[in-house]
Amino acid sequence: MDYFIELLFSGLTRGSIYALIALGYTMVYGIIGLINFAHGEIYMIGAFTAFIVATVLSIYGFPLLAIIVIAGVAAAVWSSAYGYTIEKIAYKPLRHAPRLSPLISAIGMSIFLQNYVLLAQTSDFLPFPELIPDFEFMEPVAHIVGSSDLVILITTTVVMLILTYIIKFTRVGKAMRATAQDRTMAMLVGINVNQIISATFIIGSALAAIGGLLIASHIGQINFYIGFIAGIKAFTAAVLGGIGSIPGAVLGSLVLGLTESFATGYVSSDYEDVFAFSLLVLILIFKPSGLLGKAETKKV
Amino acid sequence: MLLIKELKKALGVALWFIFLTFPIMVIKVDPIERIIRYRWENAAYVAIVAFTAYLVMSFFKMRKLRVTADKKEVKKSQNVIYSILNNKKQLTVLSFAILAIAIIFPHFFSVYQTNVMTTALMYVVLGLGLNIVVGMAGLLDLGFVAFYAVGAYSYALLNYHFGLGFWVVLPIGGALAAIFGIILGFPVLRLRGDYLAIVTLGFGEIIRLILENWGEFSQGPSGISNISRPGFFGMDFSLETSIMYMYYIMVIGVIVTIFIVNRLQDSRLGRAWIALREDEIACQAMGIDKRKTKLAAFSLGAFWAGLIGVVFAAKTTFINPASFTFLESAIILSIVVLGGMGSIIGVILGAFILILMPEYLRALSEFRMLAFGGVMVAMMVFRPQGMIANIRRTYKFEKQE
Repeated sequence: MDYFIELLFSGLTRGSIYALIALGYTMVYGIIGLINFAHGEIYMIGAFTAFIVATVLSIYGFPLLAIIVIAGVAAAVWSSAYGYTIEKIAYKPLRHAPRLSPLISAIGMSIFLQNYVLLAQTSDFLPFPELIPDFEFMEPVAHIVGSSDLVILITTTVVMLILTYIIKFTRVGKAMRATAQDRTMAMLVGINVNQIISATFIIGSALAAIGGLLIASHIGQINFYIGFIAGIKAFTAAVLGGIGSIPGAVLGSLVLGLTESFATGYVSSDYEDVFAFSLLVLILIFKPSGLLGKAETKKV
Repeated sequence: MLLIKELKKALGVALWFIFLTFPIMVIKVDPIERIIRYRWENAAYVAIVAFTAYLVMSFFKMRKLRVTADKKEVKKSQNVIYSILNNKKQLTVLSFAILAIAIIFPHFFSVYQTNVMTTALMYVVLGLGLNIVVGMAGLLDLGFVAFYAVGAYSYALLNYHFGLGFWVVLPIGGALAAIFGIILGFPVLRLRGDYLAIVTLGFGEIIRLILENWGEFSQGPSGISNISRPGFFGMDFSLETSIMYMYYIMVIGVIVTIFIVNRLQDSRLGRAWIALREDEIACQAMGIDKRKTKLAAFSLGAFWAGLIGVVFAAKTTFINPASFTFLESAIILSIVVLGGMGSIIGVILGAFILILMPEYLRALSEFRMLAFGGVMVAMMVFRPQGMIANIRRTYKFEKQE
């Protein structure tokens, strides 16, 4: 039973991190219908920025809490800046191009960013500083649920609640939903669509950066390639939940995280990624619109 | 006045990029030794590059605005290539000249050069294969390398276990890859472009992960070595001759591929692909079987990848799963994109540029993938039709007097 609970929690932790990345995919897809292939790279850059800032601060002898806060903010700020710039360079000029063009551009951006980090930093695995301390009150259950699991679950829940608030109740959120529904109509009622698209990229990137910080301190190491696999998996989660749907992305991520956790725990850990990809293929065969997505009917 | 405004903007862009790249480009930390290095010179490079890039771009933008006023100027610059392509006589002369150069090439250049050329020719065929799927049928396939791996492993394993030779396995490898193409094709028939891209990517990764982890089947990450080179009626070759032999096999392979792909493009099937790419619903309304057409594209594209996979295994005599990563798919895709989707000449040119350039600019080889990524973005933004755009077959109706 302990093993089951351990797997359950590790699945939930995994799932909630996927959710942070998947939300960026799903929001961007909802608003401009593009799979932002470079999103995984934004998450990787978030993790790298957090790593650099945290290491620098710890060398200068800052207290742990200050390091966590500053590293988190820096990761979010820089990831958002990257997200914003990428949108301006690689996607905005292609807004009226055929569907494949922005996708290829996004793939190019992803390869570019990976190699940019590889050349500017290193190809080695870097040890990420342990930012999340072991709590004393977790001692009795520490062999089942780690402190970092708890922190990740709480942080993601809080972030999701903030996101829900932004999307449901603020002006930006309302404008986003309007733009996602009908871009031309949104323009007609005076929404600056370009700004809203930028805002979507910025919010999505900040979420990915928080995900990057959390997972990096959970796993304890990073390298330039982590964005690729994480990006694919988060995308799988977004598709699983129904791409374009925000609750769908969260649900899909949790399902994916649990599936992976139980599959590696009870079957074999060699095929961890195979399970995720097979799940993706299976969903797309049987329910391409995902768990919570609406089936699209194409009108002529 | 305009110039000063542009300069100010360029300065702003440069400052933004300094900020953007600051943590990654400037700071380098060593977490174990606990040393921080600030590389301020990198910030200067970034600023210079961003500044000039912005100015160059705005210069071209302005020129474009001026040129659209009189369009003739643009057309002239491209006319040289197109006039050769359209003129049958010149085209035949040119192709025979290229063929002659190709035949004498290994006698004038070193073994190393021949080897590099063989690789480039392999990528030409791979590019043309992917061109069927991406360029003609408009199905973005990001897992093309999976079929390449299927071909390579089918030769390696059949050779290892049963001692089958190159020429026997060549069609088998192609056929196996084509079957895999159909297996992949079935589930994704219903999917739209972007979903399709991700599923194919996932499929490519699944194949690689299986090869890596299923040790009893594929010998895992250590790979299979001592694969025999292709034979010629039981003759034994020295290393040099066999490299030359490989080269000629590839020259013939490229010629056959170009011939077939060219014929395919004009066939009923090729036109169905192009129709499918342009508009699926209209295409179905015209009575084209969407399923059959898509599956044909997948399996034919995969077939070429399988063939080249066999050649690859025979050429390097050693394969392991590390040769079949997503990057390989990305390289082949950028060949197609750079050359011009759907354009055969463009793809050939793209393969030569992307494979030979890093080979001869060794100093820049670490920037190779960076450049690939950048080129893909720049091509899509500035010239989505590729270097040499595919010429549409047009019919002119001329009134008779």
